[in-house]
Amino acid sequence: MAEYQKFEHDVLIIGAGGAGLRAAIEASAEGVKVGLVCKSLLGKAHTVMAEGGIAAALATVNAADNWKVHFADTMRGGQYINVWRMAEIHAKEAPTCVRELEAWGAVFDRTKQGDILQRNFGGHRYPRLAHVGDRTGLEMIRTLQDHGIHQGIDVHMECTVISLLKEGNRVVGAFGYDRQRGRFLLFQARAIVVATGGVGRAYKITSNSWEYTGDGHALAYNAGADLMDMEFVQFHPTGMIWPLSVAGILVTEGVRGEGGVLRNKEGRRFMFDDIPESYRHQTADNEEEGWRYCQGDKNARRPPELLTRDHVARCIVREVKEGRGSPHGGVFLDISWIKERISNAPDHIRKKLPSMYHQFKQLADLDITTTPMEVGPTTHYIMGGVRVDAETQMSSVPGLFAAGECAAGLHGANRLGGNSLSDLLVFGKRAGKFAAAFAKEHSFGSINSDQVESLARWALEPFDRGAGSQPDGHGPYQIQYELQEKMQDLVGIVRTEQDMQRALHEIESLTQRAKKAGVQGNREYNSGWHTALDLANLLTVSEAITRAAIERKESRGGHFREDFQGKDKAFGELNIIVRRGPGGEMQIVRERIPPMPAELKQIIEEQQQ
Amino acid sequence: MASATFSIWRGQAGQGKHNKYTTEFSEGMVVLDVIHKIQAEQANDMAVRWNCKAGKCGSCSAEINGMPKLMCMTRMNQLDLSKPVTIEPMKAFPSIKDLVTDVSWNFRVKKQIKKFKPRPPDAPDGSWRMSQEDVDRVQEFRKCIECFLCQDVCHVLREHQLHDEFVGPRFFVYIAALEMHPLDTEDRISELAKAKGIGYCNITKCCTTVCPESITITDNAIIPLKERVVDEFYDPLKRLFRMFRR
Repeated sequence: MAEYQKFEHDVLIIGAGGAGLRAAIEASAEGVKVGLVCKSLLGKAHTVMAEGGIAAALATVNAADNWKVHFADTMRGGQYINVWRMAEIHAKEAPTCVRELEAWGAVFDRTKQGDILQRNFGGHRYPRLAHVGDRTGLEMIRTLQDHGIHQGIDVHMECTVISLLKEGNRVVGAFGYDRQRGRFLLFQARAIVVATGGVGRAYKITSNSWEYTGDGHALAYNAGADLMDMEFVQFHPTGMIWPLSVAGILVTEGVRGEGGVLRNKEGRRFMFDDIPESYRHQTADNEEEGWRYCQGDKNARRPPELLTRDHVARCIVREVKEGRGSPHGGVFLDISWIKERISNAPDHIRKKLPSMYHQFKQLADLDITTTPMEVGPTTHYIMGGVRVDAETQMSSVPGLFAAGECAAGLHGANRLGGNSLSDLLVFGKRAGKFAAAFAKEHSFGSINSDQVESLARWALEPFDRGAGSQPDGHGPYQIQYELQEKMQDLVGIVRTEQDMQRALHEIESLTQRAKKAGVQGNREYNSGWHTALDLANLLTVSEAITRAAIERKESRGGHFREDFQGKDKAFGELNIIVRRGPGGEMQIVRERIPPMPAELKQIIEEQQQ
Repeated sequence: MASATFSIWRGQAGQGKHNKYTTEFSEGMVVLDVIHKIQAEQANDMAVRWNCKAGKCGSCSAEINGMPKLMCMTRMNQLDLSKPVTIEPMKAFPSIKDLVTDVSWNFRVKKQIKKFKPRPPDAPDGSWRMSQEDVDRVQEFRKCIECFLCQDVCHVLREHQLHDEFVGPRFFVYIAALEMHPLDTEDRISELAKAKGIGYCNITKCCTTVCPESITITDNAIIPLKERVVDEFYDPLKRLFRMFRR
């Protein structure tokens, strides 16, 4: 018999970033008992890394903004395969959610009138990002954390869930371990919210930390929930590329929002060379107009550096491929040039982009107020995830909810910057609310002790095998590194059928090797053991990404196929669903997007003018 | 590739010793990169806490050659590599394993501080108005990433272990952020002297020195709080007034 500690919560929330915390606050406000599991310490989740801001049509800077414009921007950015109802709810509810943060103590940068200041960002028609310098994510998570700790939420820090537990169709619990002591934990719950973030650790160059191993995606998939849009991975155009050891660390889009420009080694602003038709009428065609836009001129159009992330990333790849890249294989991002336009430029840059200033000063020995940065694309975000009901955030498995990055739908084929933080708030809140409602209507289910026993056995197998079990000496870290290299090379920014078939093959062989990975030492805070267990999830999501990407034979948003370069109208009407088949095999299903109501269609048409 | 030797404290619950590891490193690497390399190649089970690797989450706090620092923001070329680089866990908190300490005390302390309580909204839509000048100082405090290096270096906690009587620099910054928040109406000054032990701080400014976010903890947070305590409790006129009120 496996030993474990047992906990009972009406609602169990797995993940304590923005979405998980917001869900926990909402559920506890509904009067149910809430447990919150964080893989790290409370307040350290990846939300702290969000820099630019929270997108919400508060209209504090430009009165012309409203939910309709935000809705249309989000749909266009997502290339119209978003769940339109989620985009509508999101645009309507985001402003209230930002105001709520202020009521809980968040201190946003201010307008001259004392209201919340909003900044420009890629794909947003008006200045729309409520922000705090370039550390908005920290402000958000700290605000939620400091509010949440007074709500009577039971927080389980440094715990990892390895499987959900079901009774019939419904989820009734979760099984995991605490990282510090290595003891097993059994959570019994009436409803469960997964809010575990992304899958960035499947790639070599990533802005994500070790935690982002697709846990929620894999937990839900293994429990029988549908995943959707998994082919859409966002490669953020501007990650650090030098020194090598910091490659992938994010350089906020806020740099471009504040007037930063992209240049190739010839000094050319190459973004002017390729402006997509659908954005042409809203994009500046000269440098002067672009600068005026960044200075708040309401009659000026956006500079092309602020086109959507998928497009900017591909333009950078093109420049590098055609030999016009920077010395370390990226392009130049220059904010220092604004000294030609404003007198106190260095002070202004340090005030507006303090963490970027420090990041480059400390990690790259480079002063961004005087010198251009070298940047290149980095794996940043997955648009795909658990398929959920737009209103309630419940997955296709009763009692299982998903919110934030690990849920699909809002962003379609490409997420706009700033829409993730608002996503966390709007849908975290809804997930918490509806999970609480579900919990009130359902009793605790019964836990299958055989399943618990076999999970415990599985989790301890790496110790039974020991570190010396593999003749080639490859441990869990090496398997993870290899997976990251393969995904980066074969299922990265530019994809082909041939490469991805090879990737499937590699994933299969790595899956076999992962089953043999052994670890040394004991169960207390054993990073090798944790890595060995995380591998299963990483491999599952990597396979899902690859299979969905093979299925979508067109290029759209974050998914670019060299062998199918254009958009295909037929695929524009489809979402791709990934589902676990009865024999445990991964199934790929095409599903038609339900027709959009006339009033939403009309909004999109109006905004195109 | 250059090579360096690290002397890393390995052990559990305070029992352990320094182990030496020699490894290669490349240009631009930070200490955390080297720790990861050693972990992947020589010590799979070594415990180290980290997340963002960009100085934003405050997880990888440790003592590098005796100095409290973030491992992710300490570059190899800032260290003297002619002798082994010592890496040890923070000393102000109980050891769990290797470089990981039990920092849960900090989370308990925070919970005991009265939460933010805003004044009624200024506008009918439920929003408030604040000028940028009025929030500048609070924003400085809110840069805190909760790495707890200030707690680690503070002699009141580190040497004297007065965790039950003194909340430490991190939470003076936290209280200052709440007290100086333009919208807040709660009173936390009365607790500062007694329950929070602000009097133990003798302004050595060690916390300010180690803060990776360059928050001027002592000058901008602790000293103004001390002044507020003095105004509230040691002002002779106010004292007289209180005597009569009783």
